[in-house]
Amino acid sequence: MAKLKIEDLKRIKESMKGTVNLRQGEYRVKITVHMGTCGIAAGARTIMSTLLGKIENSGANDIILTSSGCAGLCNHEPMITLEVKESAPVKYIKLDPEKAGRIFDEHALEGNPVADYALSVGSETTY
Amino acid sequence: MQDLSLHILDIVENATEAGATLIEIYISEDKNKDLLQITIKDNGRGMDAAMVKGVKDPFMTTRTTRRVGMGIPLLEQAAKETGGNLQIISEAGKGTEVVATFQESHIDRKPVGDMGATLATLIMGNPDLDFRYYSNLEGEEIEVDTQYIRGELNDSISINDPAVINLIKDLFKKNTKS
Repeated sequence: MAKLKIEDLKRIKESMKGTVNLRQGEYRVKITVHMGTCGIAAGARTIMSTLLGKIENSGANDIILTSSGCAGLCNHEPMITLEVKESAPVKYIKLDPEKAGRIFDEHALEGNPVADYALSVGSETTY
Repeated sequence: MQDLSLHILDIVENATEAGATLIEIYISEDKNKDLLQITIKDNGRGMDAAMVKGVKDPFMTTRTTRRVGMGIPLLEQAAKETGGNLQIISEAGKGTEVVATFQESHIDRKPVGDMGATLATLIMGNPDLDFRYYSNLEGEEIEVDTQYIRGELNDSISINDPAVINLIKDLFKKNTKS
């Protein structure tokens, strides 16, 4: 039977020693991938994998990645909501791995929202 | 949905929204009976008889963000297209068990897909819940038990740390015949 080996888990534990773990609550950026039926069918799981890879490659330990259900805008899926602490959350729509990567680099890491992929900019109503 | 692992991700999301703390996923095949079976069992709030009947109707949902709920009907359709079916066993307060069966060799049977990515996504998104996974496909058994992993990690790293999630993904990569 294939399962996780104790040695592997121990190895990660050792490698993490001394580093501050922020994933247990404190964070600077929170990325929520919308995972309703609509999101999953449109490719939300790929977006999740892309972002996970980006977090790992960047070494950022102050970004948390999570999921939520349908946001009610099924035609705009796959969607993410990106929240930089103390800034307004931004919803990004109709994503693919490339767009998600750019959003991660520019918004999550550098703090500049990517207007091109945002749900709306400067409007009170959305269509 | 392109494959069964995406359906499973979707159905498990229902369980997380039903307040479950432990979700079990089992995938097994019986070559003699040409059967593939997926079981998703949770300890959430469960449903009464009327609601069990209702969830197979695409126009019923517990959500308030939209008026349709397609998760269960889509999985049922995927099962029925292969001559299989979908069964829901649930009791209010006791949790829900969804069992989907497929004729394994049927031309319309969707591939199982990437269960590693599905589990990774579930654990990333729900680090406070426990998942127990077991599959036995093509003679390869895979088991993932977050209670066990958590015990071994001993709170030194969170279960949703990319290092841990990658171990889980690798486990599936190494042990799945493509």
